[in-house]
Amino acid sequence: MGALSIRNVRKSFGAVDILKGIDIEIEEGEFLILVGPSGCGKSTLLSMIAGLDVPSAGSIHIGERDVTNELPRDRDIAMVFQSYALYPNMNVAENISFALEMRKVPKAEREASVQRVAKMLQIEHLLDRKPAQLSGGQRQRVAMGRALARNPKLFLFDEPLSNLDAKLRVEMRAEIKLLHQRTRTTTVYVTHDQVEAMTLGDRIAVMRDGVVQQFGTPDDIYTRPATRFVAEFIGSPAMNMLQADAVKPGDTELSVKGQAIALTETQRQALQQKPVAECVIGLRPECVQLADQGVPGRLTLLEPTGPDTYAFVDTSVGTLVLRTGGRVTQRVGDQVHVAWDARDLHVFDATGGARIG
Amino acid sequence: MSTRRRSNERFQRFAIWSVLLLFAAVFLLPLYVMVATSLKDMAEVRDGSLLSLPGSLNFDAWQKAWSQACTGTDCGGLRPFFWNSTLMVVPAVLISTALGAVNGYVFAKWRFKGSELMFGMMLFGAFMPLQVVLLPMSQVLGWFELADSIWGLVIVHVLVGLATTTLFFRNYYVSLPDELVRAAMLDGAGFWRIFWRIVLPLSAPILVVTLIWQFTQIWNDFLFGVVFSAGDAKPITVGLNNMANTSSSVKEYNVDMAAAMIAALPTLLIYVLAGKYFVRGLTAGAVKG
Repeated sequence: MGALSIRNVRKSFGAVDILKGIDIEIEEGEFLILVGPSGCGKSTLLSMIAGLDVPSAGSIHIGERDVTNELPRDRDIAMVFQSYALYPNMNVAENISFALEMRKVPKAEREASVQRVAKMLQIEHLLDRKPAQLSGGQRQRVAMGRALARNPKLFLFDEPLSNLDAKLRVEMRAEIKLLHQRTRTTTVYVTHDQVEAMTLGDRIAVMRDGVVQQFGTPDDIYTRPATRFVAEFIGSPAMNMLQADAVKPGDTELSVKGQAIALTETQRQALQQKPVAECVIGLRPECVQLADQGVPGRLTLLEPTGPDTYAFVDTSVGTLVLRTGGRVTQRVGDQVHVAWDARDLHVFDATGGARIG
Repeated sequence: MSTRRRSNERFQRFAIWSVLLLFAAVFLLPLYVMVATSLKDMAEVRDGSLLSLPGSLNFDAWQKAWSQACTGTDCGGLRPFFWNSTLMVVPAVLISTALGAVNGYVFAKWRFKGSELMFGMMLFGAFMPLQVVLLPMSQVLGWFELADSIWGLVIVHVLVGLATTTLFFRNYYVSLPDELVRAAMLDGAGFWRIFWRIVLPLSAPILVVTLIWQFTQIWNDFLFGVVFSAGDAKPITVGLNNMANTSSSVKEYNVDMAAAMIAALPTLLIYVLAGKYFVRGLTAGAVKG
């Protein structure tokens, strides 16, 4: 039995299905990411875990308990909201201790908790201030402090970094991760940012249109995306996608615009077992190299980012984006060759988007 | 070129100021006439013009209006009516504001099936011509044996004011982020705790607006006062009317004016003291993102 299990949860508003049967289970202390584009249902799912919304069908369990119809306050959870939702009329200390006060924790104990949390988050000097007098990063810390104060069973984050500027976002991301390493509280974190998802999560559920497209570790998601959508959603620059030429079901060779594409033995077997009419071939930018031999093309654009350079090459199979470390000696307009290892190819069914091999 | 533009600007300023001053004078003139007349004695009223200044500060007319002027055969001045109005206005304002705050809180933050429809119907109440409730209301007050009493008037004003106070609070609370309420729910607070500890402390601007609005409405009401009260329970607006209409040999304009000033003074005072907050509160919801 996991620390949090979501079993066949559905949600409909009238005729619109927001969630179409979600199954997720995580263990004690794990950091679960719900990621997907806006409208995929991730926030609705989080609301249901929090108890702010009720599923149309299915159940939610925290530990051994079925909490599907329990009130938020009985679930022993704490949540950090996108807007932080600090109480404007209370100072920082009061904000942090409010939940404890509502749970009738004695005053001395409350004060001790406030001190402990303030120290952990380095906000001791802010305790007397009102939220309006705090900067974005400070508010974020207070919001986390409020959630931390009462040692909940489950921590929920609803896009907590999206209101911060880029630099602060990276800082706070690291702090959230550190905090989780220290407290080991089971966490559910909603984001639409794939970098946050990859860096923070122990488990990632990639969602789209109310369906979990893939549920796995960041490594799984990155190296073996279950669908074309996952492949394109995770990773920056996005995975190169090449439309393969039509094949007869059972064919084990693929070509793109007439150019034969070498496959591995496993991929060929997979193609044979799951015969499809059309395929899409995916290739991560870092798996394509500039080489002396291979597919010829013309370098059309260079984007140096510092550590890496992204190169755009027009080839006979289409435009490919490459990611190479360091500098590129070739110039825009040069004729180049690109090469890759067949093991780095991802083959997807063009119609459903499911992974073939 | 630039001097011409500057003189042009100056002319526009002048025009704006002239128009503003003209209108201010038009609006203030009746007040001036009232105050000036109330400070004259009858000889001055008869001999002087309407606009002339009083010869001296003479408060006899005020004194008379307050405690001696006759309404019919009863010569106790406006004082009893003033207290009637006070006894009516304080509970009516407080109760209608409190209920409006709770209603608005529900309509804005605890929506339920049909709550928008209910709110729409309440809005109707805020814009309905009040004459239509006169007959059914007197029927109801009769059933509860509250006809002709101050408490009857309090109930009428609470019911009539509820639509407006609900509208005010609801529209203000809509601008408070829902996440505040959600956060408080997760923190373990219930309906009333969230209201007391989080929503109400953030309501100062709209509370001031509603209190002033309701005070003015209820204090100045004549229609309900004249229909639903009798005998000793009449509010000051009705008392003023009756006093001014009591025929005697001489029409004492100075006393009538003083009486009207006394009746208007509380609302005037409230505006002078809290008008700043009133304007601020009315626009508070609008500026927020």
